[in-house]
Amino acid sequence: MNRSYPFLVLAAVGLFATAPVLIDLAPYESTMGLVQKIFYYHVPSAMVMFLSALVCGVASALYLFRKNTAADRWASSAAELTVVFGLIVLVTGPLWARKAWGVWWQWDARLTSTLLMWMIFAAYLLVRRFGGPGAEKLAAAMAVFGMANVPFVYVSVNIWRTIHPTTRVVPTLAPGMRGVFWFAVLAFMVLLALLLPLRARLGARREELEELYLMGDEGE
Amino acid sequence: MFFRVAWLVMRKDLTVEVRSREILYTTAFFAVACVLVFSFALVKEGRPLEDAAAGILWIAVAFAGTLALGRTFERERHSETLRALMLAPSPRAAVYVGKLLGIVLLLLVVEAALVPLIGLLFNVPILARPLLLAGLLAAGTVGFAAVGTLFAAMLVRARSRDVLLPVLLYPITIPVVIGGVRGTAALFELPPSSEMAGMWMALLLFFDVVFVTLSLWTFEPLMTE
Repeated sequence: MNRSYPFLVLAAVGLFATAPVLIDLAPYESTMGLVQKIFYYHVPSAMVMFLSALVCGVASALYLFRKNTAADRWASSAAELTVVFGLIVLVTGPLWARKAWGVWWQWDARLTSTLLMWMIFAAYLLVRRFGGPGAEKLAAAMAVFGMANVPFVYVSVNIWRTIHPTTRVVPTLAPGMRGVFWFAVLAFMVLLALLLPLRARLGARREELEELYLMGDEGE
Repeated sequence: MFFRVAWLVMRKDLTVEVRSREILYTTAFFAVACVLVFSFALVKEGRPLEDAAAGILWIAVAFAGTLALGRTFERERHSETLRALMLAPSPRAAVYVGKLLGIVLLLLVVEAALVPLIGLLFNVPILARPLLLAGLLAAGTVGFAAVGTLFAAMLVRARSRDVLLPVLLYPITIPVVIGGVRGTAALFELPPSSEMAGMWMALLLFFDVVFVTLSLWTFEPLMTE
């Protein structure tokens, strides 16, 4: 990881620096016009959020059943990133919705399930922070249950009428938009690949420091 | 062995409860107070908003359930009896099932008082499809309590358990609330729609199976210190 790191940083900076130019050059959508360009941030961050949630759930299960502390560090980093990327989704979504649908928020399937998922991972962070000793396990259980919950909520709220476009929209994008869209997805993926190990490493360093302090106390 | 342990744990909880009736009385009173508070928000000019009765019923169940869960495990924490239960040479999942059954029975008693009250106050046909309504309530309560029992048991050792229980429980049990409210609302319509209620019932049962399985699976590693 150490050696690939500068490369990843360069790639992320390069991708995020070129993305606005490409988005600017992409063709205008016929009905929504300029507002549609928020799509290049909204959808990729949603994809990264789901990926990060998946990492958190799998890592939590590993921690719970195999007692793998490294997995716990990955799970907590992934939960933080899920909350951060979720925040991007939940901020760009209403901004777009206000122009496209005329309202900031609509109680439909996608929006509700995304908000709920975000809340589950925010609760994960709250437990870790305020749960006291043993909170890691509690949080891990929360992530495992949350993972099982997400598809279920998706099904249960899907019975309502939805106005949010489905994932089927992506393959039907105009050629000029498709390339830019996948470029933005790549940029967000690289950002996740950059931040996730970095945050996990920070967690490991903190634990080491904690142990050193304890050893110092004992030595006195 | 498994079912005997579960049965004994449940009987122990119910015996304590029957002798003091502390949780039953306070929880039932709290549920009624919830109905009152929400009726002020959801009744406009003497007429309840659409589907308000179903919503209020499930809000009261969820809030009262949280209270009952907290109190039940507070009792176990007081004299470290939960630790004693964990130390007993019996399958831990059986202890979980026993606690779950105790809480479900308690909540069903509270609901038995709550439903006629809702029917009376909001003038909804609670007896139109009594079996389906009872099924929805039972399935919803099992789902809610399955997750609740697991989290409340884990939170016994946590510092701020009173706050953390609802924080963890509500996002996870949203499907129960959705299924319960939508299903009950379909039954409270005129004429009641058994078809819709049946569909939500199936969803609730699916939720029960998933979450009871997950809880049984995770209870052992979670309660190991």
